[in-house]
Amino acid sequence: MIAELGVFSMVLSLIVAALLACLPLAGAQLGIRSWVALARPAAALHCLLSLLSIAILTWCFRVGDFSVLYVAANSHSELPMVYKLTAVWGGHEGSMLLWQVMLACWTLAVAWRSRALPPEFVARVLAVLGWISVGLLLFLLFLSNPFTRLVPAALEGKDLNPLLQDPGMVFHPPLLYMGYVGFAVPFAFALAALISGELGAAWARWSRSWTLAAWGFLTLGILLGSAWAYYVLGWGGWWFWDPVENASFMPWLLGTALLHSLIVTDQRGAFRSWSALLAICAFSLCLLGTFLVRSGVLTSVHAFAVDPGRGLFILCFIVAVVGTSLWLFAWRAAALGQGGGQFGLLSRETLLLVNNVLFSAAALAVLIGTLYPLALDVLRDEKISVGPPYFQAVFLPLVLPAVALMALGAVARWKLSTWAEIWRRLRAALAWTVVCAVVLLLSNGRLGPRISPATLLGVTLGLWCVFGTLAHAWQRLAPGWREGQGWQRLARQPWGWWGMLMAHAGVGIFVLAVSLADGLESKRETSVAQGETVELAGYRFRFDSLAPAAGPNYDAQRAQFSVRHGDEEWLMFPEKRVFRAQTMGLSQAAIDSGWTRDVFVALGEPLDEAGRSWSVRLQIKPFMDWIWLGTLMMALGAGLSLMDARFRVARQRAPRRAAAALQEGPA
Amino acid sequence: MIKPRQRRLLWVLAGVVLVATAVTLVLRALDANVMFFYSPSQVHAGEAPQGAAFRLGGLVEAGSVQRGGAAGGGVQVQFVVTDQVQRVAVQYQGLLPDLFREGKGVVVAGLLLPTGIFRATEVLAKHDENYMPPEAAKALKDALEDAKQEKAGP
Repeated sequence: MIAELGVFSMVLSLIVAALLACLPLAGAQLGIRSWVALARPAAALHCLLSLLSIAILTWCFRVGDFSVLYVAANSHSELPMVYKLTAVWGGHEGSMLLWQVMLACWTLAVAWRSRALPPEFVARVLAVLGWISVGLLLFLLFLSNPFTRLVPAALEGKDLNPLLQDPGMVFHPPLLYMGYVGFAVPFAFALAALISGELGAAWARWSRSWTLAAWGFLTLGILLGSAWAYYVLGWGGWWFWDPVENASFMPWLLGTALLHSLIVTDQRGAFRSWSALLAICAFSLCLLGTFLVRSGVLTSVHAFAVDPGRGLFILCFIVAVVGTSLWLFAWRAAALGQGGGQFGLLSRETLLLVNNVLFSAAALAVLIGTLYPLALDVLRDEKISVGPPYFQAVFLPLVLPAVALMALGAVARWKLSTWAEIWRRLRAALAWTVVCAVVLLLSNGRLGPRISPATLLGVTLGLWCVFGTLAHAWQRLAPGWREGQGWQRLARQPWGWWGMLMAHAGVGIFVLAVSLADGLESKRETSVAQGETVELAGYRFRFDSLAPAAGPNYDAQRAQFSVRHGDEEWLMFPEKRVFRAQTMGLSQAAIDSGWTRDVFVALGEPLDEAGRSWSVRLQIKPFMDWIWLGTLMMALGAGLSLMDARFRVARQRAPRRAAAALQEGPA
Repeated sequence: MIKPRQRRLLWVLAGVVLVATAVTLVLRALDANVMFFYSPSQVHAGEAPQGAAFRLGGLVEAGSVQRGGAAGGGVQVQFVVTDQVQRVAVQYQGLLPDLFREGKGVVVAGLLLPTGIFRATEVLAKHDENYMPPEAAKALKDALEDAKQEKAGP
């Protein structure tokens, strides 16, 4: 009975979404105020109903209602409670429902946080979001209903895929979807601005905060997904250029470009149509990502769904969304996109433009690499694969220059900058970078292991980013200390500036860590018998013993390794688990994380009947944690920027400012 | 300061640079890094390249997995990939993935040695137990159809 209530609330939600999609839009066009005023209450009701449907699904999982097909397929009575709850989004139907609920939440957030915006504009934004909700709810109701009954009911569930029974999986999908779906908001803002003709600086400022929020969540989501691959898959890597990873990475790249181009539109009124186009493309890539992951066209652990109807629906949905928005863009942008301040060849505008060009090109390159095998499969019936070497060969040459120019973009002036000034502001950072690089080069192989030129380049680039950011911060804050007003000056800096510093320093740390972790890693796959010792890069691993261990829903073989490095000695316990419900084996690697290195031990399989000898994978990954730290700093940077007072003030003064910006623009 | 016209030129130029760079990089990289897929039957028919890496897929033949003694640190393994018509022996040094099983689907990437043995550098079996890699499924289906046609033919 309760499951039918879930369907019912989805149907009601669809009706409200349809109202939200039509009436406020028509009201804004025709000037009917009462219809425009409907937008906010409809958004709230829509969100409430969507939350109700996911709450009902969660309830079904909590009580283990195996008469619901989706619950029976993804849960088990022995499954620990936390995984029962997260199994809600462990399969296709539930994760699509989560997508929809996230969209409803973002819609409500827009309705709530946009009181100071012109009501017609808000009505258009909410209506666009309503249209997307309609599409998703139709898809849920007709092609992937999570509440479908199973007759007769199953006695026991099939259990959640063991790979997904991990704390990382509790947070990864919601955060990733928050980011994915969040890009619907800048998309809706862009479309609303194209419809109304208000594609100006005010629009950019409103979009900026939403883009920042979505980008921050997407960054965290990707971080958790990558950490999951590292800790759970046990292949000893953290990024595989898997199509599913690419699906989340492409919107991230375009989102990064969008963040930076919106700054120019906000501050200088330039790049308007380009920003709108980026907003449209970023969300289109989010939809494409959903299609790739959810339609089952990819060969990956995420592709639960093998149902052509679903793929076809999402494809048609993408074509409709992208087609409509690009048509609208072509029709309106040419007339609206003119104007904006002029700028010199060497200026912050130009540098941000270069950032945009490079990031868009990188997204395009990743897109081609991801879709090429699919296209060839469809067109010529040939099976090919595009591996990591392609992505490294294409991606790095495009993104590394952008990273190298990052410090310049932060210190360059708007409108017109001079090389002399940039040199003055960055020479200290450059000097430090060169000193560090030379020291590294001279000491190479003497103090530590030899590092390759590529690693050296990466480390230098990372240091350059960090030093450049520090230099920028120093120049802004140091005068205050000289005048004895250090703290006041510190407190006066806008949050957006702190956010930028944090994110840019994060990029530097990330580049540094990736170069070191990949360039200096040592690994060994070997067999080892109980009592034997193997050595890797100065670490001695002794296989002490093997004992059975039982988890809540699995049985495991638990090995004990004593690891010795210098005077330190500690124990590590990698496991080989067999899940009872699915009889599926899973290696649980033991990872000892430290500030300077991760030690990684994973069990392979027994090599003799008695299980005395096992194959093992050993790895030392230097500075692995710094990769997570750098990414976390980027997301934190977005969070800090969001607190910026400019975004709050903008809500009150927006309309007048917009008019002012438009007048001052073409001057 | 640049005039609107010059700025438009800058945009166009940036666009051209973007497209040209991306296309050059993409084409060069795709050319060098695409891996084609062949089934054991195709390998036997001599369609697979010698000296270039490709992917091979099918079932791991039941009872064919052998671990080779001390060579390669004790993690050397041999098995046979079959599409149930033809067989190809595969050699691999390293840890097999959790989902590698006899009788289950597998895709391996590597080189075909002149001796006819496939030296794998990567073994992919990263799906749930009922899942068959699409390449492997297709190889099985094609091989079966060819075999049927041969029987039905003259």
